[in-house]
Parts: sequence; structure tokens; C-alpha cells
Amino acid sequence: MKPDTTVVIVGAGQGGFQVAASLRERGHAGPVVLVGDEPGLPYQRPPLSKNFLLHAETQTELRPRSFYERRDIELRHARVGSIDRFGRRVRLADGHTLAYDHLVLATGARNRTPPIEGVTLDGVVQVRTRDDAERLRARLSAASHLAIIGAGFIGMEVAAVGARTGITTTVIEALHRPMARSVSVATSTHIADLHRAQGTTLRMGRTVVRLDGDDTGAVTGVRLHDGTLVPADLVVVGVGVAPAVELATDAGIDVGDGIRVDAHLATSDPHVSAIGDCAEFPNTHTGTRTRLESIQNAVDQARCLAARLTGTPAPYTAVPWFWTEQFSTKLQIAGIGQGHDDSTVLGDPATGSFSTLLFKDELLTAVESVNAPADHTAARRILAFDRPLRREETAVDGFSLAQWAGGRQRRGQDRTVAPQDAVDARLGHTADVH
Amino acid sequence: MTKIDYIQSDGTRITVDAAPGDTVMSAAIAADVDGIVGECGGNMMCATCHVYVDEAPAARLPAMTDDEDQMLACTEAPRTALSRLGCQLPTDEPMVVTVPGIPT
Repeated sequence: MKPDTTVVIVGAGQGGFQVAASLRERGHAGPVVLVGDEPGLPYQRPPLSKNFLLHAETQTELRPRSFYERRDIELRHARVGSIDRFGRRVRLADGHTLAYDHLVLATGARNRTPPIEGVTLDGVVQVRTRDDAERLRARLSAASHLAIIGAGFIGMEVAAVGARTGITTTVIEALHRPMARSVSVATSTHIADLHRAQGTTLRMGRTVVRLDGDDTGAVTGVRLHDGTLVPADLVVVGVGVAPAVELATDAGIDVGDGIRVDAHLATSDPHVSAIGDCAEFPNTHTGTRTRLESIQNAVDQARCLAARLTGTPAPYTAVPWFWTEQFSTKLQIAGIGQGHDDSTVLGDPATGSFSTLLFKDELLTAVESVNAPADHTAARRILAFDRPLRREETAVDGFSLAQWAGGRQRRGQDRTVAPQDAVDARLGHTADVH
Repeated sequence: MTKIDYIQSDGTRITVDAAPGDTVMSAAIAADVDGIVGECGGNMMCATCHVYVDEAPAARLPAMTDDEDQMLACTEAPRTALSRLGCQLPTDEPMVVTVPGIPT
């Protein structure tokens, strides 16, 4: 791509923001336009289900306005209506068009709304945007009974806030344990116990039949399939998200479980790339095509793409990592543990600090660390090594991830394919961070 | 308002008036200081707000928690005795910090 070309980025979340910032950091001289459909400056979402609900003054803006001005990044507040791939321009809903040489789709995801009767009652809310979170914060201060549908990360984070503010809190989940799609039984059990110890009721393995309301249209409770009623004057629905793929689909770009991209994050149109929550990419850590919903993935894919657009292409190989915080307990996950066939625990869960190592076919695939950041940072290094950690190597007395990682690095055995990857290996993310 | 001085890897010194409640990380981001990323928003998850505290009323700096200590193991620039995570440092007192340059 020539240095004076125009890059239009659709979606001003963490990924879109990072593409713009990294392009400038790498010296891209052409116009950079960041199009977002929410008012205000780009902001971060992780606090929205945590501190932001407790403290109105929680800072969420990623950078001040001067950041964009100094770097000549144009912020455009608009909804994109369609992509004209052949004319290489996007049409905005306000009637304007933006010409591009390269288009980046960082459209993120939208919350799923379950097809449940009563889901539109007053007092039934979701959390995605900062506006959503502000409304939820106002409602939390007035509510007495909070019911959360869905025990994923967001649901459990909101439950922790509810319990902390002294509201009677119940979490309802169709699967049999919290965060079942994301974490192992050991971690899930530990987190569930934390919530119960704070007085939260977990109704696992229960499905919702309908939401009940009063004659003013306000929600009064959640009816479960076992016939029981969970009284609630505030219901938070957190049942997962769907990637925002409509623009790509309408433009005839390949879409699977997300906008399909190759190892370089290019879509089926070489002038269009996709990153972050909306992108389905070949995951070198699982050997499958996946879509990840995380800050790490959005930021690292943004950096990988900015590197390619400025002339240093490298396939996307960053180690995935995730975090959640509930009741001051920090859960950090490195790698992808889904489909593991064995696990082992380092440390004693009773102390509140331990890590669960997950293996598939005898090789380490993920580490879930509860209040154990040293294990987490070591795991991120280990999972970037060429030579995987075998289960049998962890079965020695006093095994430590940090020591093993340090030992391999000293012996120079963390050989990776390219210098860029070696930096990834050490840092858990790409090299152009500053 | 408390004055926090950030010295960047090229020697530039930026003085920021930190607002009450700011951390060394959040004040830097609000003032657009290069080199402090704060990717995780101040949750001690990412270590991208690593700074070297050059001048500070040392006795008044909060003690380093185990979590901060462990996260400092994965900073990009080398850790030294002056290393702290900016998100863990309140701005009640004037301070001079160096923002590490990142090896490429």
C-alpha cells in the first residue's frame, strides 16, 4: 500500500482505535478516518460491567481529543449504511460517502436478545455501550432484587456489582456452572463459591420461560422452567453476542461465524480487512478458525494489520489472553482451553490463589490463573514458545511455570519463526506497542 | 492539582496537572503522554503503564502489592528498582517519572 493512501476504519471501539493509532505510530502519512456510531470519543468497554457501575467518575475514554488532533486521525460520528467495493467507498447513513484505498471492518459484536416473552418490559436491560451502563448504574441504585440471565463473564461481573451494592442478586444460567463455555470446572467452581459467599444465589441448569410484569409494564420476576419465580425489579440479560457482519454480508464479502479473514486479516476482498470481535480468523493456537471476543485480540489484530498496511506483513499469531475481575478476585486466562482433555492445579484453591493448567493430547493449551499473575505472565510466554509444555513435565514436585519459562528462555529454546514473533513470545503481544 | 513530570525516552519532559483521583497512568493518558498505554484500563492486567519513579516522596508511595510485583515481570522495558505500574500510583504528591522507551 502506498504511504499516501486513505484508510477508512469502520468501528471506533478498541480495535478500530488501535488500527488508527498504530498506523500513525508506524508513519502512515495518508488520511486515516475512524468512523463510529456512538457519540463522544472512543472508549473502553471492560470497565462498563465492573467499576463504571459503581463509580460514575471511572475514566473510560481511550485518549483525549488532542490525541486524534495531534496525529491527524479524523473521527467521524456516523453509522455506515453500505460498502461499495467496486467504487471503493462507504456510504454513510447521513448520505455522505467516504472513499477508501483500504477499508478496515472493526464492527465488533451486538448483544443477543433471547426470544423470551417479556424481554421488552421496563427494567430489563443489557450492557454493551456506555449509555447502557449509565442506565444500568441508575437502575442499580433504585433496585432491590436483581436477576441476571446468563452466567458468562458479563453476567458474573454484574452479579458481583449487585452483591457489592447490597441488592438481592440471583444469576440464572442454562448450563450447569458459571462461565462454562470459557473456563474449566475448577475455575468455574471457585468463582461460583466466591459469589455464593457474598450471598448471591446461583440458579444453574435453569432456563427462563418468561419474564413477568405488572400492569405498568415493569418487570416483576423471572419465571423458570421448573416453575419457580425469581422476583426481580431489575433484570440484566447477558446471553452472549453476535458478530456485526451485516455490512460485509451485504457487500458480498465472505462471512462464516464472523467476517472471514486469512492469516493476514484480509477478507475475501484484498482491499478490505477485518479485526477484533467481528473477525473469524485462522487461529494458530487451536488449529481451527475462531472468533475471539477480547481486548487482547482486538488490540493485537489491530497492530498486526497496521504493520501489514505499512509494509511489514506478518501472520497473526499472538497468544490469546483474557481477564475478568469479580470481588477483587482476578481471573486471567492465557491460551484457549476449550476442548481440553486433562487438567492439573498448581497451588491451593483454598488460599484463593492458584492456577489451572489445561492440556489437550498431553500438551498445554491454556492456563487459568486466579490471583496468580506470575503464573499468567509465564503462561503467556510459554504458549508463545515453539516447543509446547508437556503435561508430564508439570508433574514434578515444586513445578513452577515461571521457572520453566525462564529456563527455556535462558537455554535459547524458545526459537520462533521470525524476530517479530520472538518479541510476541516475550511480551504476549506485537512489537510496535509503545 | 498536583504536578507530575513525565520524562520520555527522547528526553522530552512533559508536566501534567493531575486531577484529584488520577493515577500516574490516567493522568498521562488524559494529557496524551506518549509511551503510557494503559491497555487494561488500570486493572493490573497488562503492564503497559510501566514507569520508573525518579523523584517521589518514597515514604509516601503506596507499597507494592504482590500483584503489581508479579505483573512487573512482563514489562517490555527492563525492570529496575525504580519500576512501578503507573496505574497503582496515586498523584497526591508531585512526582517525576521516566517513561520507558520500547525496544523494537
